[in-house]
Amino acid sequence: MKRSSIELVDNARSTVDPWLPFEKRSVELETRLRMAATEDEREALQRELDAELKRAFSSLTPWQRVQVARHPLRPRMLDYTSRVLDDFIELHGDRAVGDDPALIGGLGRFEGRTVVVVGNQKGVSTDERLRRNFGMAHPEGYRKALRLFRLAERFGYPVITFVDTPAAHPGIEAEQRGQGPAIAENLRAMLALKTPVYSVVLAEGGSGGALGVALGDVVAMFEWSIYVICPPERCAEILWRDADRKELAASALRITAESLRSLGVIDEVLPEPPGGAHRDPDGAANTLRIHIRKFLEGCDTNQWSPRKRQEKFRAMGQWLEG
Amino acid sequence: MAFLRRRRFISVVGRKSGVPEGLWIKCPACKKAVYGTDVKDHQEVCPQCNYHHRVSVWQRIEWLLDPGSFTETHPNLISADPLGFTIKEVAYSYAQKVTEYQKRTGLKEAIITGFGAIEGERTAFSFMDFSFAGASMGSVVGEKFCRAADDAIRERVPLVSFATSGGARMQEGTLGLMQMAKTADAVRALNEAAIPYISVLTNPTTGGVYASFASLGDIVLAEPGAEIGFAGKRLIEGALKVSIPEGFQTSEYQFANGFVDAIVSRTEMRALLAKFLRYMKPQ
Repeated sequence: MKRSSIELVDNARSTVDPWLPFEKRSVELETRLRMAATEDEREALQRELDAELKRAFSSLTPWQRVQVARHPLRPRMLDYTSRVLDDFIELHGDRAVGDDPALIGGLGRFEGRTVVVVGNQKGVSTDERLRRNFGMAHPEGYRKALRLFRLAERFGYPVITFVDTPAAHPGIEAEQRGQGPAIAENLRAMLALKTPVYSVVLAEGGSGGALGVALGDVVAMFEWSIYVICPPERCAEILWRDADRKELAASALRITAESLRSLGVIDEVLPEPPGGAHRDPDGAANTLRIHIRKFLEGCDTNQWSPRKRQEKFRAMGQWLEG
Repeated sequence: MAFLRRRRFISVVGRKSGVPEGLWIKCPACKKAVYGTDVKDHQEVCPQCNYHHRVSVWQRIEWLLDPGSFTETHPNLISADPLGFTIKEVAYSYAQKVTEYQKRTGLKEAIITGFGAIEGERTAFSFMDFSFAGASMGSVVGEKFCRAADDAIRERVPLVSFATSGGARMQEGTLGLMQMAKTADAVRALNEAAIPYISVLTNPTTGGVYASFASLGDIVLAEPGAEIGFAGKRLIEGALKVSIPEGFQTSEYQFANGFVDAIVSRTEMRALLAKFLRYMKPQ
């Protein structure tokens, strides 16, 4: 099911005002644009809106960028799969304990070929978010992902993973069933996997919970997404016992897509439509489609190999040696 | 005499490691008074209740390995402060913190790697020390663990790791997070080369270290009573608004849940490791 941007808006409107302070002016213009009577008026408003979005989004502070990444209207995994894939058949269960609605996966068809898709579905409505635990996976989610990675490897299907989670679920049962070992197992398995993997961070990629499905031959981030070792609030709390210093932490942690590309943590940045993916999910999905197509062409020309993937992650880090 | 009674017990709660010798101390676990020298003689294990005090890497090496057998490898790796993590507003500088830790602990980083022997069996080792930045895993910890694994593969000797960690090194940001992937890859390489990897979890082993190389041992051992888990207790309590059951995230709990092969007292560790090293000697 494809949700339009209007639906996205209506869904979130039903709960609280989802717009960020620096978006207010754009939203006002968008409303006026929808009601514009004449073509001339429409054109003028569109120009004004384009300029306003450009202005508002060109000077965001690191903390505001965190807010954009966490925007309640941001498209989620299933918004992308419904646009990018010709078909998606969800497969359920880790074959041991249960099925995790926070970390989902299955078989997909992309432009006539079979792929395996795995990722966090964070949910759109409040009900869905609760049911899906805000995209925070339990060990059985990671084990289901592993089972699907193995399935992909067996039949030579490329894997596409969608990363959209603040963290792995912190909870008693999760610990009991081995949250740490489950993530560790996925890291090792993804690095050994004989089939290529494309990973894309959609919104907020958080700590080991994100990493557990994010070790792609290509790791991409949407322009306004973030990828963090821990949320800036928590970083501030740990370092200075003061979560209110989150803004300082957000800027020091260098969590934006460009920063992380320059640090060699990710490979590519997917540009978003003006004002962010939530304003134009179709546009964002188109960009993703182009990048997945390029990745799959790389599969056909044997551009990716486990060895290259391993070497890439092995090279990450910076140190001095005297 | 009141004066004497007052000063007789020295609490070691909060000490990074090491129990003062020649003094009576109060065991933080059983609260009984024990003679410091007795604790020391038991490799800093309480003779009354088996509580394992934290020990420094060098102390552990002295107790565990054949005398004089240890040679350190890659001793000069230090953090490069990859993010330039300095925040003027709160007068915080990661680079400065690292220097402070170095001065305080005499270590260059939270990990020591090298070759040594247990009962004559040559082995590659990786030891972490909690007193250096809570043994958090940044680039240096990740790189040195990988090098220890590569050294083990090259020389075809097993790798024994003593892990302890409060988690990932936040001040290195997402690059710190990536050390989980990097060290997991080192274990993958060990597995593919059929080099045995024994991971010993000591108090505490949590966060990113637990969710990467520490839980991937062919054999996973734990010291008694160690805190072992992924998400911190306080985080879980805060997130779920529930109280944590007693004994949660201890070695014994992880053993009961099937994530640890054996709980091994520090004083028995050497003898057991010697067996594994002999029985699993790479061909």
